[in-house]
Amino acid sequence: MATDIIATIIARFPGAAARASGDHPAVSVPAAAAPAVLQAVREEFGYDFLVDVTAVDWGLEAAVRFTVVWHLFSTVAHGYLRVTADCTDNAAPAMASAVPLWPTANWHERETFDLLGITFTGHPDLRRILMWEGYPYHPLRKDFPLAGIEVPLHDPEIAAETGITLIAAPMAGGPFVASPGEMNLTEAEPRAKDESWNEASAKPTA
Amino acid sequence: MVSANTELAYNSKIEGDVVVSRADAVINWLRSSSLWPMPMGLACCGIELMAVGASRFDIARFGAEVMRFSPRQSDCMIVAGTVTYKMAPHVRRIYDQMAAPKWVIAMGACASSGGMYRSYATLQGVDRILPVDVYVSGCPPRPEALLDALIKMQAKVKREPSARGLLVRA
Ligand code: SF4
Repeated sequence: MATDIIATIIARFPGAAARASGDHPAVSVPAAAAPAVLQAVREEFGYDFLVDVTAVDWGLEAAVRFTVVWHLFSTVAHGYLRVTADCTDNAAPAMASAVPLWPTANWHERETFDLLGITFTGHPDLRRILMWEGYPYHPLRKDFPLAGIEVPLHDPEIAAETGITLIAAPMAGGPFVASPGEMNLTEAEPRAKDESWNEASAKPTA
Repeated sequence: MVSANTELAYNSKIEGDVVVSRADAVINWLRSSSLWPMPMGLACCGIELMAVGASRFDIARFGAEVMRFSPRQSDCMIVAGTVTYKMAPHVRRIYDQMAAPKWVIAMGACASSGGMYRSYATLQGVDRILPVDVYVSGCPPRPEALLDALIKMQAKVKREPSARGLLVRA
């Protein structure tokens, strides 16, 4: 069944290829064919349950930077299937929405849009879901620093009330780092090195 | 002034049901004994907050069992959980909608300092946007810790110059 479906997809959709996978059968398809492939596996092969929609950022240097991943489950055959498609545009990645097939794709795609910046064309309501409206970055992209980026506070009411206008990058100066081999467990704990102060080392004043 | 009453202290036979006190003491007694919480349950600490309200720990023993889900009817916001930047404006607005006098308890590491979420999405302590009166450590704090915070809150309320505030505002 599992190999069958991969072979069938490859035979039916030119450009589709089997994909190395450690667990479930996986197939990579061209972006343009993705909606047709998803519809076919849903309606003809019983992969009726969309488990997850996510994406991979392969890094700034990669020839193909973004790959969208769908995880499907068959409630008939009790098996998983992974379908992936490379976004053709590295600068403005886009992919067809799966909401017409599975309404549950709605929030998954909003999350993928929010955190990785993939635009799902045909999505009924593609707004950010975790970060606030107007946030300028996509935090799970490889070029987003772990420390965060300082941005203006988005709420004018709070700004007027409290005088705070900026969201400081919470780990600016260095993300959490552990000190393996340190015998003093307090010192060995993961911490932002520039932001730890105690009786022994005074709080930096800058 | 000449008076038939030679008693120096309060005598219930003469003065009936009158008790002499200070306005501050009376007002603060009323306020501190019925702090109606605004439960701002935002993450796992909210579950612990529910436990505090349930029978085993029973926050009613301290007069704070009336969890109001309307800011107009509450005195004490208990911020229990992780405040994201997306949620922060709403927390602040609910605080602004509460009628004075009002107090804030930051329950748990997240509300107090961002906790383990040193992240682009998490407010690093609700005291950045609200005046916090009592911080409770713990992740999550034990219910007893929140009860202790409530008692500390009451002690703080009892020290406030309430009557003076009333006159100034009037
Ligand atoms: S302090 Fe701990 S228990 Fe409380 S909200 Fe944060 S992570 Fe959850």
